[in-house]
Amino acid sequence: MNFNLSNEHVMLQKLYKEFAEKEVKPHAEEVDEKEEFPVETVKKMQKYGFMGIPFPKEYGGAGGDIIAYAMAVEELSKVCATTGVIVSAHTSLCAAPIYEFGTEEQKQKYLVPLAKGEKLGAFGLTEPNAGTDASAQQTTAVLDGDHYVLNGSKIFITNAGYADIYIILAMTDKSQGTRGISAFIVDADTEGFTIGKKEAKLGIKGSATCELIFENCRVPKENLLGKLGKGFGVAMKTLDGGRIGIAAQALGIAQGALDETVGYVKERRQFGKPLSFFQNTQFQLADMHTKVEASRLLVYKAAFNKGNNLPYSKEAAMAKLYAAETAMEVTTKAVQLHGGYGYTREYPVERMMRDAKITEIYEGTSEVQRMVISSQLLK
Amino acid sequence: MKIIVCIKQVPDTTEVRLDPKTGTLIRDGVPSIINPDDKSGLEAALKLKDELGATVTVLTMGPPQAEVALREVLAMGADRGILLTDRAFAGADTWATSCTLAAAINNIDYDLIIAGRQAIDGDTAQVGPQIAEHLKLPQVSYVEDLKVDGETLILKRMFEDGYHMVKVKTPCLITTLKEMNEPRYMSVGGIFDAYREKEIEVWNLKDIVVDPTNLGLKGSPTKVKKSFTKGAKVAGKLYEVDPKEAAKIIVDKLKEKYII
Amino acid sequence: MSILEHKGVWVFAEQRAGEIQKVSLELLGKGRELADTLGTKLTAVLLGNNVKEMASELIYYGADEVILVEDELLDVYITETYTKVMSKIIKEKKPDIILMGATALGRDLAPRVSARVHTGLTADCTTLEIDEESKHLLMTRPAFGGNIMATIICPDHRPQMSTVRPGVMIKQERNEERQGEIIEFPSGLAKEDVNVEVIEIVKEEKQKMKIEEAEVLVSGGRGMRKKENFQTLELLAKELGGLVSGSRAVVDAGWMDREHQVGQTGKTVRPNLYLACGVSGAIQHVTGMEESDLIVAINKNPSAPIFELADVGIVGDVEKVIPSLIDELKSVKVAKEKK
Repeated sequence: MNFNLSNEHVMLQKLYKEFAEKEVKPHAEEVDEKEEFPVETVKKMQKYGFMGIPFPKEYGGAGGDIIAYAMAVEELSKVCATTGVIVSAHTSLCAAPIYEFGTEEQKQKYLVPLAKGEKLGAFGLTEPNAGTDASAQQTTAVLDGDHYVLNGSKIFITNAGYADIYIILAMTDKSQGTRGISAFIVDADTEGFTIGKKEAKLGIKGSATCELIFENCRVPKENLLGKLGKGFGVAMKTLDGGRIGIAAQALGIAQGALDETVGYVKERRQFGKPLSFFQNTQFQLADMHTKVEASRLLVYKAAFNKGNNLPYSKEAAMAKLYAAETAMEVTTKAVQLHGGYGYTREYPVERMMRDAKITEIYEGTSEVQRMVISSQLLK
Repeated sequence: MKIIVCIKQVPDTTEVRLDPKTGTLIRDGVPSIINPDDKSGLEAALKLKDELGATVTVLTMGPPQAEVALREVLAMGADRGILLTDRAFAGADTWATSCTLAAAINNIDYDLIIAGRQAIDGDTAQVGPQIAEHLKLPQVSYVEDLKVDGETLILKRMFEDGYHMVKVKTPCLITTLKEMNEPRYMSVGGIFDAYREKEIEVWNLKDIVVDPTNLGLKGSPTKVKKSFTKGAKVAGKLYEVDPKEAAKIIVDKLKEKYII
Repeated sequence: MSILEHKGVWVFAEQRAGEIQKVSLELLGKGRELADTLGTKLTAVLLGNNVKEMASELIYYGADEVILVEDELLDVYITETYTKVMSKIIKEKKPDIILMGATALGRDLAPRVSARVHTGLTADCTTLEIDEESKHLLMTRPAFGGNIMATIICPDHRPQMSTVRPGVMIKQERNEERQGEIIEFPSGLAKEDVNVEVIEIVKEEKQKMKIEEAEVLVSGGRGMRKKENFQTLELLAKELGGLVSGSRAVVDAGWMDREHQVGQTGKTVRPNLYLACGVSGAIQHVTGMEESDLIVAINKNPSAPIFELADVGIVGDVEKVIPSLIDELKSVKVAKEKK
């Protein structure tokens, strides 16, 4: 057993840290305040191969592993959770299912530009009446000649409006329940596909979260991803992988808040000494640090398992559950240790606290993660 | 065009701190980086690779750990990395260092040698010009811009109060300024290539032709007689008062010293 | 090589477009001191084209003699021509010590010459002394980003070469009474020695005063938080009749021109007043300003190292203290005018 990062991973971490510090951090405040999708940052990430880390080179990827990918999301999220989720949704929710379930033609046509970062990806499962109960899909896809005709709408879709390629889940046979759900690859410019309302959110404000509307949207038959009626499995498998990305995002947010706090308590003085001299501060920091480290071990373990074809569904759920709750706890404590200043926008911890909350909700709420974990335990 | 870039792995001196109690240098935990002026030189070379298809060989002299710096340059896009390492090279001053590097360069085919102006740990700016002298090459230092016109380079050579535009024929050596460009990052794929597909060439004393009396500590004309940290000055008075009061204190002091 | 054959202290008199650089005059001041300690001559070496008139200036500032080399090919500085001439006179005249300014020119020429004549060179010295016993030149310089000082010797090679940054040494009073000898020396250059062609010389418009020459410096560090806050520093500098300078961090952040950077990799300054605003006092910064007469520091962090150096330290927010200080200075001025 070896807990050391490989030389490759150490070098990757150096790259991610440098990039995050110089290219992402300076814009984080503005991205949040103006609710602006960081288009320029995404272009830069494309240039340096951040958009296809875990995919083989023959498909335009960097030829890396899942840990390398999780570390990227972690380091980006440390300074800007918005940037972290853009990469995570693109990689885990759009490129990954094409890589895992796509035909060779689909991989050439869609995975290659996604992995190269030339195109941005998104994933549409959630509907107004199908949240945690994803099986209650109402969007339909009906075969008409060489096309499936999609009708319905999706909500809370990350990267919507900026993505070029969407993975969309729809009912191809309502009578079959979850076995009547199929997955499709939909180009953004397909006729009948429009972007609806953009959500105003508590956190990750720069991330575009919108409604997708399908009105007689004709998708070529060959864009069916995976087998007909196997879409629910595609979605669940995709979310298992996605949870590693979100867990890494939560880990990054927590680490970022911890780092900010360590710097602050050394500088801020009350009662004639730095806050770091008070035992309460020391104990709080010790707890925060311990939980962040525990999260990291869970995240890297899940990523290791996925990369080595070991079971990872439960591991990913545990990583996401623990890292998300840690992110919420650590950012809350970070604001508390910053006192009044922590509540103001002068310091980044309030943003981190707002950003942390979503990690307990999207790609399966903490409750869903507990269901996944316990169902495997009691199996 | 064949380019050799000389780089040095240096401690990030901006991260170095003095122990306030003992006054000694805290070296632990100080990260090693590629010297900034050298990195700009590498970027200039990589740009020529992008534009003209130049090949870029990176040479460094240092301890075995300097391999990491070469992996980094490979991940940025350099073609070849050579680590010059031997106990015999240790303790060299700039004269002996440049002599050793020049001997290694004699084994490599080149049109242009690029070195950073100076390293942040020594700040001497001597090794580049001294390599050029050992190799009998024309040199242009303090370069901030570079254009290639066949076998001629057109360079912007900086001075304190302006610059010279100069022309020089290859082969030659230039030293580059950090202000020249913004070096690219490594790419994710480049990192995997650097570790999985490329090799660092390690050269020892036996791989180069050089007079052994010119090497290392023995071959160095200069010696360090002693090194020390500066004694601390007695601190003045510290005031923690409201801004108005603070302004008064400062103005009173300026009056006392006849500055106003 | 017998090092005992080598005698005399030389200063390379750097001239650009017919103007002697201030650093060379400062080096003559130091060179005078070293020559007197050793009981030897101080020689200035002047290279150029039609520069003869300047030779007597060098004597006024302390030289006993001037070696003058004039040639058209020395009109504009090129490494090879200057190196060739310097190396030739060094081999012939065998000086013991050579001092050069650590300028963009001196730091190009000195290493090339030292490599050619096979001797040691120590860059950017801040202290030069003669060892009482060995009579070696003790060259002390900052290293490791200014974190440590190292004293370097060159025991077995001659000449002992050193560069010194502008502003470090102090020039002597100009004295037109001083007498000295001017020795002309042939360059021995041929056209083939010109291996770099200068196609254009551009002088860049500079601010009127350099920060090294300012009597008052208002210096901003990372603690100024943003570029816009430097406008307030400009106002303050105006009130005090000084200039604005900055730390490496603010130059790296693009908030300020490199010409205004104080510190190990920037300029060495010694103004009457150094007002450090939001400067933490990293050692590489301190190296460039610790000789200032009066140091006032404003920083919100009471444990900032700058306070260890400051004569007056204000723990406070620069964004609040500086405007107050500007107001206070204005009211003092008004009060004076009323009188």
